Amino acid sequence: MYVAVKGGEKAILNSHELLAERRRGDPEVSELGIRQIKEQLTLAVDRVMTEGSIYDPDLAALAIKQARGDLVEAIFLLRAYRTTLARFGATEPIDTARMAVQRRISAAFKDLPGGQVLGPSFDYTHRLLDFDLMQEAETAPEAERAPKPVDDDMPRVADILDSEGLIEIDEPDDEEREVADLTRQPLTFPAERDQRLQNLARGDEGFLLALGYSTQRGYGRNHPFGGEIRMGEVAVELTPEELGFPIEIGEITVTECQMINQFKGNEDTPPQFTRGYGLTFGHCERKAMAMALVDRALRSAELGETPAFPAQDEEFVLYHADNVEASGFVQHLKLPHYVDFQSELQMVRRLREQFEARKRGEAAE
Amino acid sequence: MTEAGRSTATAGRSVGEAYNFAYLDEQTKRMIRRCILKAVAVPGYQVPFGSREMPLPYGWGTGGIQVTASIIGPDDTLKVIDQGADDTTNAVSIRRFFARVAGIETTDRTAEATVIQTRHRIPEHPMREDQILVLQVPKPEPMRYLEPRELECRKIHGFSEYGLMHVQLYEDIAKFGEITTTYDYPVMVNRRHLMSPTPIPKFDNPKMHRFPALQLFGAGREKRIYAIPPYTEVKSLDFDDHPFEVQTWDECCALCGAEDSFLDEVITDDEGGKMFVCSDSHYCGERRAAGHVGPMEGEDAPSFARPADQEADGS
Repeated sequence: MYVAVKGGEKAILNSHELLAERRRGDPEVSELGIRQIKEQLTLAVDRVMTEGSIYDPDLAALAIKQARGDLVEAIFLLRAYRTTLARFGATEPIDTARMAVQRRISAAFKDLPGGQVLGPSFDYTHRLLDFDLMQEAETAPEAERAPKPVDDDMPRVADILDSEGLIEIDEPDDEEREVADLTRQPLTFPAERDQRLQNLARGDEGFLLALGYSTQRGYGRNHPFGGEIRMGEVAVELTPEELGFPIEIGEITVTECQMINQFKGNEDTPPQFTRGYGLTFGHCERKAMAMALVDRALRSAELGETPAFPAQDEEFVLYHADNVEASGFVQHLKLPHYVDFQSELQMVRRLREQFEARKRGEAAE
Repeated sequence: MTEAGRSTATAGRSVGEAYNFAYLDEQTKRMIRRCILKAVAVPGYQVPFGSREMPLPYGWGTGGIQVTASIIGPDDTLKVIDQGADDTTNAVSIRRFFARVAGIETTDRTAEATVIQTRHRIPEHPMREDQILVLQVPKPEPMRYLEPRELECRKIHGFSEYGLMHVQLYEDIAKFGEITTTYDYPVMVNRRHLMSPTPIPKFDNPKMHRFPALQLFGAGREKRIYAIPPYTEVKSLDFDDHPFEVQTWDECCALCGAEDSFLDEVITDDEGGKMFVCSDSHYCGERRAAGHVGPMEGEDAPSFARPADQEADGS
C-alpha cells in the first residue's frame, strides 16, 4: 500500500533527534567547542557574521556548530536570532582611514605612504597540503613581529587620488537623512546607494563572486584596479541622544576594498576614475573585492553607461543576492505540491486526449 | 553559550519565555497590522512591508506566519493546513511553532478555528465573518512571469493596465482551445487590482468571491501583504465566449464519497492503480464521522486515511 508523504509530529521530532546525533558524530571523538571554532575557523566565523549581518563571533561560532558547518544554514540561524534583537540606534559611520591596519595593499601604486602591508594572507602560499597539520602540533606557531608598528598615517588610496581630482568626488550623504535598513524596510527601485551596499554586504559571497567575475570576462566590463584592500580594527561610535556627542562602544574588524575603475567621461564630466566599494565584517577579502566590482557595475546607469549585462541589472542582482531568501525558496520545492500537481496532471491528460484525437482524425483522412 | 563566556538574558529560559508572545516584538506586529489595514482599505493592492527574518525558511510560510503572529491573541484558536491537510509536515511544523511561542489553542476543525493559516487551499467547509483566513504567498505579483521588472509591474497596477495578461490567456485559447492555467489563476479584486490568489487550484477561486471571512495574504520573501475584505467581488479572468470553469472529477472521494471537494490522486501500486481522496483532510474526516462512505472505505485504508485529530493536536 502506498504510504503518503505526510508526516506527523512524531516523524519530525525523530528527524530532529537524528540530526542532533549526526551533528555530534562519533562520540569517541571529543566534541567541538565554540572557542575552537571561534579561534581556529575564523574565516568561516567572519563570513557568517558578514552575511548574517551581526558582529558577534561567539554566536557565529555557535551557529556554525549547530549547522554542522553548513555556512548558509549558520547565516540563516544568526539572521533569525538577529531579527528578535531590539535596535537602539545607528552608529556613526566607521572611519576606515583611522583603522588599526593589519593588512593593506594597493595594486595601483608600487609604493605609497604607509607602505604595502601583507598581514595574514593566503596570497603567496603554495596551495600544497601541509601534512604536518594531520597531527595536532606540540607548539603553536608564532610569527615574528616587526621591530616597529605600522605607520600611523596610512591614507586611503582613493583619498590620494581624490586630492588630485582624478577620481570622482565621494559625496558624503546628508547626515540628517536616516540610513536605509533592509531588515526594516523592503527594497525599493531604483535603489539608493545605502540600500545597494547593505544588500551586497549581506549578499551571498558565491553569487557576488560569479557576478564580479562575469564583469571581468566582458559581461559589463569596467576596467577595475584593486585600488586598495585594507583589513584591521576600527572603532564603533554611537551618539546617544541624551549625550549629544559620540562615544566609543567597541571595536570591530573589517575588510574594505576600494576598486578604481576607468571612466572616459562624457559631455559634462571630464575623464576620471570611478569607484566601486566593498566592506565586510572580519577578514572576507574575496567577498569585499567581488562586492566592489558588483557595486561599480550596478552604478552603470548612474554613470551614463547603458546597462546590458546581468551584473549591471539592479533588480536582477539585488533581488537574488540574499542566500537566506534564495536557499529557502529553492528548497521550498521539497514541500508538498499535491494540489497544484493534481491540477496540472488533469490538464496534461486532457491536452493529450485532444492531441491523440486530432492525430486519429488526421490518420483517418 | 556558557562556554563562550556569554551570559545573555535568554540563557536557561524556555523558548516560550525567551521570546515575545507569538515571537515577533510588539513594534513589529504593530507595523504589520498597519500594513494589513492599508491592504484591507485597498483590496488586492500589494502593500510593501518590513518583512522580518523568521526562524523558518523563506518560501515555507514566513509571510503567513508574520501575518498570523500579528493578529493572533491568547484567546484565539489556530488551524494550519497545507494542501488542505492538517497533517502535512509543514502544517505540523507551523502549528508547533505557534503552540510553542504563543501557547495558544490549536485545532483541526475548520468551524472551531478563529484563525486559519493555509497553503495552496481554501477549506471546503464554509467560513464565517468571525474567522480570518491567512494565505501563504510565494509570488505575490500576478504579472511577474510576464514582466519580471518590479518597476514595470508597479506601473501596470497603477494604470490598471492588464492587457498583457488577457493576451496571455487568449494565446492559450488560440493554441489549446482553453485556458491552461490550473492553479494560481489570476483574479480581479474589487474591479481594480489584478491579484494572485496564491497557488490554490482554480477550483477554489469561486470561494474567494464574496467570502464572509477576511482573507489576508502574506509574502515574506517578497515583502508584500495584501487582503480581500469580507464580501468583496473577486472575479477570475475570462472571456465572454470562454467563461471561467473549475476542475471536475469523474470519480468521487474513495473514503467519504464526496463529489463536491477537490480530490488528490493517490497512486496505490506500480501498475497504474490509483484512488482519489479529498485534499481537505478535515472535511473528509467530518463526512466519514457523519456516516458518509466512499467506495474504498473499510478496505486496507492507507496511512493518511486515519482520522486527522489522532496526530494533529498533540504538541
